Amino acid sequence: MGWDRNQMAARAAKELRDGYYVNLGIGIPTLVANNIPADMTVTLQSENGMLGIGPFPYEDEVDADLINAGKQTISELPSSSYFSSSDSFAMIRGGHIDLTVLGAMEVSEGGDIANWMIPGKMIKGMGGAMDLVAGVKKIIVVMEHVSKNGDPKFIPECTLPLTGKNVVDMIITDLAVFQRADHDSPFRLTELAPGVAAEEVRDKTAAHYVE
Amino acid sequence: MQKIFADATAALDGLLFDGMTIAAGGFGLCGIPERLIDAIVASGVKELTIASNNAGIDNEGLGKLLRTRQVKKMISSYVGENKEFERQFLAKELEVEFCPQGTLAERMRAGGAGIPGFYTRTGVGTQVAEGKEVKNFDGEDYILERGIRADLSIIKGWKADEVGNLRFRKTARNFNQPAATCGRICIAEVEEIVPVGSLEPDCVHLPSIYVKRMILGAPYDKKIEFRTVREREDA
Repeated sequence: MGWDRNQMAARAAKELRDGYYVNLGIGIPTLVANNIPADMTVTLQSENGMLGIGPFPYEDEVDADLINAGKQTISELPSSSYFSSSDSFAMIRGGHIDLTVLGAMEVSEGGDIANWMIPGKMIKGMGGAMDLVAGVKKIIVVMEHVSKNGDPKFIPECTLPLTGKNVVDMIITDLAVFQRADHDSPFRLTELAPGVAAEEVRDKTAAHYVE
Repeated sequence: MQKIFADATAALDGLLFDGMTIAAGGFGLCGIPERLIDAIVASGVKELTIASNNAGIDNEGLGKLLRTRQVKKMISSYVGENKEFERQFLAKELEVEFCPQGTLAERMRAGGAGIPGFYTRTGVGTQVAEGKEVKNFDGEDYILERGIRADLSIIKGWKADEVGNLRFRKTARNFNQPAATCGRICIAEVEEIVPVGSLEPDCVHLPSIYVKRMILGAPYDKKIEFRTVREREDA
């Protein structure tokens, strides 16, 4: 039981508010875009220099000059705007983006996040993730509760190189939701996915949290 | 003063030397100065330090300069999708300074604006902060990052007028704008050169002062890394 990828994205979408400017990471976070309530105006930012990301283009509209931060072809909206990478990150670093949803390999009980590097293995780089977690008002992590090996990903201290220290506000996994009121407070288990017992979450979590 | 050169090789004449630093525009393969990259490959200049958000992909963009082993060091935020890069990096044949994307953009912008360093919260408490000054402002820690001054900037624009006022197109603007400002000399390759007076002054993205040399790079066969499309609902 628990939530599938789409349901996790739908849960994250419940944190959207009318008028929000939002940056979505690659993977499950991208699916949040499909779950924006119809009566809400939410503007998506792409850190390569665009506000107002439209849907994927029709085949005959594909434009090599119009891509998202995942380098996928996209389309523009009547309300879209373009700008440089330095302006884009001024928006991000300057605290003008309301919300970001990111994937993670590990999150610590103190709100640290690791999602950019596995030493000796994955050496792709951090892209804009460090800037996003340092600058955006609210940081939501969406991730599987345990790794492919079954190891907890919400743990006392991250073992992988950090993307940001004490930055995560909310964690949505396939089993549960954890939130904290501020960066000095511990995470609290606030929701269980359908069919998931608090005991299962306890068994699969190494981090300390409040129930 | 004539800014328009016949081709990329002519535009680069006298500017290249071993061990130099080059700032390049582009994001992935979007808006990369491909004619200039090809001419730099052909020149054989080596030991390059290149500040660019990405490192191209295998045999596209800056990937070509990696393949020919002309690059000593990359300053980049994301280098995925490039096997040759990964091989050289793991074999310690290539030095890489991973720099957060926004910090890289700001390092170029600052360098071009005469600002030698700036404080940012990005990277605090991570390995990016190692060896950097930490300063507390209003209860928050920030790290000192340096502006980048390059020997040469290479960028790709859409339309320029004959004196070098330039416009970009859609998300191909990306790092081209800040990269243009941080080089001692900037060369722009563009898709179209139009007569002075045909660009609306209010709509110039990069004022001519930054563009010292220029070439018409068209026709372009623009590459797409991930072609994603949707179906028409009622075809």
